[in-house]
Order: sequence, then C-alpha cells, then structure tokens
Amino acid sequence: MATPEAVDWDAIIRDPRFQSLHRRKARFLWGLMAVSVVFYFLLPIGAAYFQDLFKIQVWGVVNVALLFALSEFLVAWVVAFWYARKASRDFDVIAAEIAAQYGARR
Amino acid sequence: MNPAQAAAAPDYQWLTFTVFAVIIAITMWVTYLAAKRVRSAADFYTAGGGISGFQNGWAIAGDYLSAASFLGIAGLISLYGYDGFMYSVGFLAAYITVLLLIAEPCRNIGRYTLADILAYRNDPRRTRVFGALSTITVSTFYLTAQMVGGGVLVKTLIGINYETSVICVGILMLAYVIFGGMVATTWVQIIKAVLLVCASIVMVALVWSPYGFSLPAFLKVVVGDPNVQARVATLLGDPAKNMTAAELGQRFLEPGLYFKAPIDQISLGMGLVFGTAGLPHILMRFFTVRTAQQARGSVVWAMAIIGGFYVLTLFLGFGAAHSVGPAAIAAVDAGGNMAAPLLAQYLGGGPASFWGNLMLAFVSAVAFATIVAVVAGLVLASASAMAHDLYVGVVRAGRETTPRAQVTAARVATLIVGAMSIGIGIAAKGQNVAVLVGLAFAVAASANFPCVLLTLYWKRCNTTGIVAGMLIGTITAVGLTLVSPNVTYPLAVKAAAHKVLDAEPAKRSAATAALASEDAAVAAKAKKDLAGLDKAVAKATADIAKWGEERTSFVGLEQPLFSLKNPGIISIPLGFLAVLLGSLLTRDPRAEATWNEVYARQNTGIQVTKAAAH
Repeated sequence: MATPEAVDWDAIIRDPRFQSLHRRKARFLWGLMAVSVVFYFLLPIGAAYFQDLFKIQVWGVVNVALLFALSEFLVAWVVAFWYARKASRDFDVIAAEIAAQYGARR
Repeated sequence: MNPAQAAAAPDYQWLTFTVFAVIIAITMWVTYLAAKRVRSAADFYTAGGGISGFQNGWAIAGDYLSAASFLGIAGLISLYGYDGFMYSVGFLAAYITVLLLIAEPCRNIGRYTLADILAYRNDPRRTRVFGALSTITVSTFYLTAQMVGGGVLVKTLIGINYETSVICVGILMLAYVIFGGMVATTWVQIIKAVLLVCASIVMVALVWSPYGFSLPAFLKVVVGDPNVQARVATLLGDPAKNMTAAELGQRFLEPGLYFKAPIDQISLGMGLVFGTAGLPHILMRFFTVRTAQQARGSVVWAMAIIGGFYVLTLFLGFGAAHSVGPAAIAAVDAGGNMAAPLLAQYLGGGPASFWGNLMLAFVSAVAFATIVAVVAGLVLASASAMAHDLYVGVVRAGRETTPRAQVTAARVATLIVGAMSIGIGIAAKGQNVAVLVGLAFAVAASANFPCVLLTLYWKRCNTTGIVAGMLIGTITAVGLTLVSPNVTYPLAVKAAAHKVLDAEPAKRSAATAALASEDAAVAAKAKKDLAGLDKAVAKATADIAKWGEERTSFVGLEQPLFSLKNPGIISIPLGFLAVLLGSLLTRDPRAEATWNEVYARQNTGIQVTKAAAH
C-alpha cells in the first residue's frame, strides 16, 4: 500500500472535474434522499391522520392503504435502479478519470 | 398447552431432527472449506475483500432478515393485519439511506469496523473507544433479542429445553465464526437467505394459487373469514358491537389495529429508516467487497431480495390468518412468531401428515439457520470492535501487531462475546425482549448514524462532536426507553388487575344467567365466556400477588415519564445536535486538515486497502 502522502488530495479537491462531480453528486443524492424520506413518511402519516382516505376500497377489497404500502416497494426499487444507473454511467466515469490521473487505483 | 406438542407432532420428531441435521451439516462443510482460507485479520474480518456484489447482496439479506422479521412480521400481519405490513415497508425503505449516503463512502474510507470510519479524521484513540463501545452496545441489544427469541423458537419447534436451545445456537455460531471468520459467516448467511426466500416462495405459491394469483380474490377470502372477523372484534372491543361481519373483516386491511399512537409510529419509522444505516453488522458487510461499485451493487441486490421477501410476508401473514386462524396462532405463541411455521404445516397437509410435518421441519430449520446466521454476524461485529478497535487500535496503539496475533485476538474476542451472549441469553429467559430490537435500532439511529454521516459529509465535524454524539445519542435512546411504557409499572399492572376483579361478579352473573338459555349458541358462548373469565381472574390474582407492595418500575418510577414506546423522534435529533454543537464549539486542526483527503477518497476510491485476491 502506498503512503497517503503519495497522493495530492488538495489538488484533487481543486480539480474542476472533481468540483463538478461533487456538485452533481450532492444535488442528485440529497435530492433523491429527500424525496424518498418524504415519500416513506407519507405512509405512517397517512395511516395515522388520513384513515378515511386509506380505507377507500379501489380494487375489490384492496384499499388505498394496501396499494400505498405496495407502492413504497416500487418506489424504493425505482430509486435504487435509477441511482445505480446514474452512478455507473456518470459518476463512476469521472471518478475513474480523476483516480487514474492522481493515484494508481490499486 | 405445551407449545412443543403444538408445533411438531411427536411421531415426526425424527423428521425435524433430520432436516435440522442436513442444514447444519451443509453449513459446517462450508465452514470447513472457509477455515482453510482464514490467514490474516483481513480474511477474518472481511473475507479478504473477496466477496462479489451479488454474493454480498444475498449475505446482507441473510444478515438483515432476522427471525424477528421473518417470523415476527408474518406473525404481526396474521394477528393485526395491515399494521404488521407497515413494518415490512420500513425495513426496506431503510436501505435507501444505506444506498445513497452510506455504503460507498464507507467502503472507500473504512477497513474492518465502524470505528475505522470515525478514526480516519478524528483522534483515533478516543473515537475508537467510543465507536467500539457503541458497536458493542447496539450488537448486544440485538444479540440478546436474537438469543432469547432463538431459544424460545427452538424450544417450541423441537421441544428441547430453553437453556439447551440457547447453548446449541451459541456453540454452532461460535464454530462458524471462530474457524471460518467472515468467509464462513458470509456463506452461512447466503445459504440461509436462499433457503428462506425459496421456502417463502413455495409457501406463497401454495397459499395464493387457489385464487388464481389474484390479489383481490385472495384478500376477499381473508376478510370473509369468520376467525379473522372474530379477531378484529376482540381487538376493537366495544366499538366492534356496531359493526357488521363484513366491516370487521375489512378492518383487518386497514391501519390502526396494532399502532395506537400516531407519533409513536412515526418515531418507529425514523428509528428504522436511519437506524439500519448505523447498524455495525450491516456496515461491516461493505468491507467485504473490493470497490464502491460492488458496495453499491450489493445494496441494490439486497434491496431486490429483501423487498421481494417483505412483499411475500403479506401473503404469509394473511395466509396464516385465514388458514390457521389468529386465535390458533396466538395460542401457540402470543407474539404470533409461529404463524409462518404453522402455515407451512397446514399447507403440507396438516399436523397429522408426513408432508405437513416435512414442511414444518423445513421452515423451522430455516428459522433456526436464520437465528444462527444473524447471531454470527452480530458476534463478528462485536468481536471486531473488541479486537481490532480496542485491543489493536487502543491497547497496543503505536506498536506493531503481527497478522497472526491479530487473528488470535479476533478469535479470543469472538469466544468472549460468544460466551457472553450465551450467558445473557440464559439470564434473560422469559423476558420480553422485543423492545431490545427497537432499542438497537434507536441507538444505531441516534448515535452511530449522525456520527458516521457527519464525519463523511461535514468538514467541521471533529472528535469532540463524535464523542458528544455517541454519548448523547446512546444515553437519550436508552434513557427514554427506560422511562417509557415499555417497562413494567407495578401500579398500572395492579390497577388493571383490580379492574378485572371488580368487574368479575357482574360478568359472572350475566354469563351464568345466559348459561341457562334455551338457545344452544348463547349457552355455548356463555360457557366460553366463563372459562375466559376464570383465566382472567387467575392472571389478575397472580399479578397482584407477584407485585405485592411494589409501587415503582425497576428505575423507580410510578408511571412512564415519556409516553412513546419509540424514542427515535427525540433521540435522533438530539444525537445530530450533539455532533453539531460538539464540533462547532471546538477546533480540531487534524480533522479539518484531513477533510480533503477523506472527501476526495470517498468519491474516487483511490487507494482502497488492497484486497486479497483469492
């Protein structure tokens, strides 16, 4: 393992490519995180305070509450898939470029 | 009623033992193969970083789908309907936090433990001590719940006594971890997750196929079931008197039968969603892969597997409610933990049939493997905190520790933690430990999560902040739980008992009068009511005798100081606040100087500790 001094970390931080990676990643991750958290907490909030809405039967005996809970699964999977695709097509490419220039990646 | 007889028919005990033996033999073979590959500390703690993203995804699922979630959630759904399913949602949603914010940076920054991540920027000695203590605290809460749950489960399933069950779980787990380290633990978790998912898919196929795999058709039968309707009527009490049978059945699919206080439910949700990202045994799994890409891939796979499994719990739970009946499930285990095994027995053909007992034995063996695999992961996390953080990182700080000595230290620590877990498991016999899982999540969410998150994403975060966050987060989460309604309050218990006794004469005379009724149904109901009344009176008398002159809970309170069962809504913000204030009130040049390195490294993955190629 190379010594940490071998890599100029400050130069990486100053590199415009890293700056842009940082900005785009931060915006994407925290945005997605906020949306996911809000969507998740809609379930306990709805179950507690909007029971009349949750009780409406929409598909035979299947009510809004059940469909909403199932939609949470779908949303979690979509978030995971979307992030994984974005990261591998976009963030990983820039990160690899920076890593190749500043430090041998293993 | 003897639960052991209720679960497995005595004639088929041999079958249960055979299936258990086969599954244990497979995991032992894997451990034997793994033991040959454990040479260094990296092999022991992280399987040398040689696990692929797909494998790690299955292992995370195996680590996470504990008996509490497999048996517990299926049970909650079978007894309380919709509210049980809300747990499933929370457990999956938790992985979004892990995926987006935690997994990849942790892979790029850490080596073996949670404290590694904290020690990178901060004073290594102090953060290692607090990180290790918090790891051991969280893991011990979780471990105790698993050991007690496991002991009860094995006792119920195969009829051996509680102490023997706990010792069996402990020894088996120690064999995996001591000889095979993370390699064996990983493979045991993978095997268990595959078995669990397969068993669940088979059961759901059997439960659902009679309804042509139509969701409304299946649920229509569930809400139309008289047993389910009777259960809802019991849960609702007086308000149920004005409801029709159809309304009662439909109520099973609506929220509010289990969670009574809305804020409590939101507080629980916070604990789940942020706590998972602070569970040391889950974080540790990300050090077993080589790159951030694989860490990401493993979470995506884990979310697919865990999510898919939790969707199945909907059918397992409702299926058990309809096929076995809530009353029958609660009769074997009041918490509903036997719902899935009993459903398996029913689907195979019932308690008297060979296939019914084979299915029961298989699901029971999977549940047993589940407990052992989860316990193995927890013990490994605690042992690594003890050996790597406390011994190598603090006690022997600044001195060279040979790879051989490190592995020995890890094995000794495993033995200590394992022996402790067996001792705690036996000591906690008969205790209600469900609260401990919630507490583990609460401490993880209130102490570990703020510290890890802010150390990764906030430049000003420093040692004082970490120490303050760990202390405040843990103390408030544990403290609020101690003064919450989770603890037994003798005055309330005795008041409830006296209420039962006071109401008894009126109820008894009413029931006795009804007993003489011409209507056979009314008379039968009266007879049942009388039996129930006798039971309630006996319990009330026993409660009064048990608590005697006792007035306060074991922390000295007459009533709860804090009205919520889940402390997260208070303790998580306090944990964050403590890290923020601690960091802002002090300056730590080293923490700020290393920020560029930490931030650049976590985003680029430069110089991740070289993984051993196997």
